[in-house]
Amino acid sequence: MATIGQLATQPIKARKHGAKSPASIAFLVALWCALGFSILCLLTLLITSVMDGLPRLDSNLLTQYTSQIAPERGGARAAIIGSLWVIAATAIMAIPLGIAAAVYLEEFADPRRWYNRLIEVNLQNLAAVPAIVYGLLTAGFALSIGLRRGVVLAGGIALALLILPVIIITAREALRAVPAEIRQGSLALGATPLQTVWRQTLPSAIPGVATGTILALSRALGEAAPLLLLGGLVTIRFDPNGLLSGFTTLPIQIFNWAGRAEADFQQLAAAAIILLLVMLLLMNALAILIRNRYQRQW
Amino acid sequence: MNRRTLRRTALPATLFIALGLTACGGQTEGSATGEGGVSGEVLVDGSSTVEPLTSAAGEFFLEEAPDVNVSVGTSGTGGGFEVFCQGQTDISNASRPIKEEEAAACETEGIEFTELQVATDALTVVTSSENDFITCLTTEELATLWGPAAEGTITTWNQVNPEFPAEPIELFGPGTDSGTFDYFTGEINGEEGVSRTDYNASEDDNVIVQGVSGSPNALGYFGFTYFEQNAEALKAVEIDSGEGCVAPSAEAAQDGSYTPLARPLFIYVNNAAVTDKPQVKAFVDFFAANDAPIAEAAKFIPLNDEQRSALESTASSLG
Repeated sequence: MATIGQLATQPIKARKHGAKSPASIAFLVALWCALGFSILCLLTLLITSVMDGLPRLDSNLLTQYTSQIAPERGGARAAIIGSLWVIAATAIMAIPLGIAAAVYLEEFADPRRWYNRLIEVNLQNLAAVPAIVYGLLTAGFALSIGLRRGVVLAGGIALALLILPVIIITAREALRAVPAEIRQGSLALGATPLQTVWRQTLPSAIPGVATGTILALSRALGEAAPLLLLGGLVTIRFDPNGLLSGFTTLPIQIFNWAGRAEADFQQLAAAAIILLLVMLLLMNALAILIRNRYQRQW
Repeated sequence: MNRRTLRRTALPATLFIALGLTACGGQTEGSATGEGGVSGEVLVDGSSTVEPLTSAAGEFFLEEAPDVNVSVGTSGTGGGFEVFCQGQTDISNASRPIKEEEAAACETEGIEFTELQVATDALTVVTSSENDFITCLTTEELATLWGPAAEGTITTWNQVNPEFPAEPIELFGPGTDSGTFDYFTGEINGEEGVSRTDYNASEDDNVIVQGVSGSPNALGYFGFTYFEQNAEALKAVEIDSGEGCVAPSAEAAQDGSYTPLARPLFIYVNNAAVTDKPQVKAFVDFFAANDAPIAEAAKFIPLNDEQRSALESTASSLG
């Protein structure tokens, strides 16, 4: 068994064909096992969900409300519409704010100022804060301004706070990827800094910003924890119809159904999981499509 | 900045603000409509055990009052009382009676409420159907098994009862946030919330079902519905509180012979909401009048005659 020391002292050529050394074979096998294990887990999850949920992947799932009396005919209508409302509210709050913050930090902020560095460090930390904390924060905020907790607006605030750091960070990356020559050229032609950002830098960065934003929104779509803390409405039999309307979302509904005693509800949960997975896959596919189609090489 | 730039920046900004403002509108206020029907919202939160019952009531109620939106949350009995006493909900589901400190919180906020028993549950102690040595446990044996003193010391079944084999004990139960946990510990260990902590705790009763059915030496407890739905994998343990062994069943829970684990399930109604919002009064009246079919549809144990007449008279005295 070769130690790392022995490997390091071997000539480069021997290491290049390192597949022959027992240590590197063992390492490669370990890597494949790790990869295989995670894919296996994912496949098991997918296959069991599909097998459990397939009989319920019908139009009732989309058009009916959840039903305690007849769970075999129930559906996720309120949850689907609620998810759309909350994601729309999240997007309206998080996207302009996130992009504006990214533009400020990347194009205007002076990184030598202590407060800008403080914002920078905070952003990195906020991106790693557990989702549930944003739910608590929003619940407290809603109480202090007299807003009911379990409404679309509160859900939107919680999810917007959750994904704001992610949007800011990815939007900054996208802005940073725009070559400095573009800005310099624009400024040299007499454009003001604001015009340069608005007409040159930001449009050039849009593909990257859009990709990051969609991925952030798809994370928000799959999130249950912060919304559960906001009251976790699980049974509503009406379509949410405004920012101050009560709501439920797909992850909350799935969480509730999966915990029920009746097998009908668990089947419904599996069907809703498939639905949620399809929605998430579509959003992620859209992000990849935008990236591949509009990405520019400078 | 020239005028053209201003216009290009101002347009998206205006659009965004306008969009935000329009989206803020469109809110429905609860009120009686002209036709004598009611409309508006009934906000319910609280115990996840009681949630299916209130949801079923809301579903039936929809046939009578299609314009009323009954929304039910599951913050847990304690979490439900917290928002109920802040006046955020009209009705709170509870799988145990309100605690003194919770009632005090309501009083501080000026919230007056009425307690209504709407169904009965038989907390069921279960083992795997493969278990061949437990058919009946006395309340003392349960206390030996679950008491705080058992932690780390009571680890094999023969310590609970010398007739049991010296097999290791595997325990499953609900987590400390659950009203089921509060009720069980209160009745068995003599004080709410006091229990050994070296057991597999889960807020998801299906996890307890899985755990208990997986081992012949396992024992757990939860609401009767979860036993009924998994009756082939589980065995319900009979409980002896001094007057012989009684198996959990709807009848035993109704006639009071299944003691001490038959528990009442409640809804707490905000008195002011009943007076001020006609849809809340209509919903509570409907719930009380149709309690038996609602409980049956939601697979709960209905009230006995005495409890039902108590429910009806309390409900009619409201508002």
